Amino acid sequence: MPASEPALRIDALGRKCPMPIIMLARQIGQVPIGAVVEVLADDPAAKSDVPAWCRLKSHQFISTTPLQVGWAFLLQRSY
Amino acid sequence: MAYFDAASAEPMTDVARQVLLAALDDGWADPARLHAEGRRAALMLDSARERMAALLGCRADEISFTASGTQAAHLAVLGAVEARRSATRGPGHLVVTAVEHSSILNAAAHAERSGSLLTIVPVGPDGRVDADAFTGAVTRDRTVLACLQSANHEVGTVQPVAKLAAECQAASVPLLVDAAASTGRMPAPPGWSLLVASAHKWGGPPGVGVLAVRKRVRWRSPLPADGREAGRVPGFVNLPAIVSAVAALEAFDAQREPADAALRALTAQIRRRLPATVPDCVLYGDPDLRLPHIVAFSCLYIEGEALVTELDKAGFSVSSGSSCASETEQPSHVLAAMGAVTHGNVRVSLPRDISPEAVDSFLAALGPIVSALRRGGR
Repeated sequence: MPASEPALRIDALGRKCPMPIIMLARQIGQVPIGAVVEVLADDPAAKSDVPAWCRLKSHQFISTTPLQVGWAFLLQRSY
Repeated sequence: MAYFDAASAEPMTDVARQVLLAALDDGWADPARLHAEGRRAALMLDSARERMAALLGCRADEISFTASGTQAAHLAVLGAVEARRSATRGPGHLVVTAVEHSSILNAAAHAERSGSLLTIVPVGPDGRVDADAFTGAVTRDRTVLACLQSANHEVGTVQPVAKLAAECQAASVPLLVDAAASTGRMPAPPGWSLLVASAHKWGGPPGVGVLAVRKRVRWRSPLPADGREAGRVPGFVNLPAIVSAVAALEAFDAQREPADAALRALTAQIRRRLPATVPDCVLYGDPDLRLPHIVAFSCLYIEGEALVTELDKAGFSVSSGSSCASETEQPSHVLAAMGAVTHGNVRVSLPRDISPEAVDSFLAALGPIVSALRRGGR
């Protein structure tokens, strides 16, 4: 996996669920198909909801990286 | 008002209430005493025990009554672990699934803090345990207990207990079955070594649980010594509630098949109509191998707590696995283990004798409520 910058970083730190998912759903269309999106979130529900939403919507979930507070999620727009 | 939270507490039945009130008159004395009042109480307790044993398919001396299903779960887990504690053979190994009721998981975590090794077996997207992983885990050395629920309390999926009980038997590992969600709704699954159940799930009174331990299974109390309930459950028994709980289960179990048919048809209807009623809604749990009365779903892009509150205002009482709806501010561990979306979550669990009209009204109300929440940004 090349360590390139994501095409879009969605900063949802401090936002209560489901805001991180709403932001992701609204903004993923802004990047080209195949582009990588990074979501930053610290709501406890985000840890399961970001990968779950990707699975549900058939986007490629890549990784979860813990931050000092919260996580950085990487995913790829699939269509 | 339409009460759709039977999985938290099934409304107390008329049988339960009448027997409870009658038993209060004779059931207050100490069944351990030799005097007339004590002997009368002892007879009531013995009879309740015999009848519960018949309902669960075991012996009377294998049945203890607890103050709750949670207490039964704690005692079952910790007692099994305690009995196999060894100074020389190393820590015992415990196996649980990721979707067990929190009482089982908390007891397992407690045992882990006291030195046990713990394996939490994952589940598939419908909440069914990974059977191969479970089998692999129980065949590890020094496995002292495996825990598998009969069916899931949040999404309704039935677990493959008979198959995995056979694996546990082959590995000489005792199996604890948490049957709280299914007692009175499905026959007790075969092959359990320990079983726990909870009376308020079958329309009995609150304050009664059941801990069943097969005769050959090693169990030692993790609590200070007490003579009550064959040394398994300390404290004065709530005899009137126990008598009521048993009568309630007999009646509940007697209606099992017609109730199953009626409830299953209504939950199937909810499952069928939901996609058209609410866009961006996900259904959870096995559509067929499930408890008859439970449907869980998540409506995307809204808060679970807000949805429960609006449904409450509209006259529908439901529960939710969303973090905002939880006292702990954590999402349901069951939904998380399934890889489910946890926000916007609702669990509908229909009580017996719910009218089809109530379900129709619910489906009619749900769509507009979800739309309004989505527009309003909650």
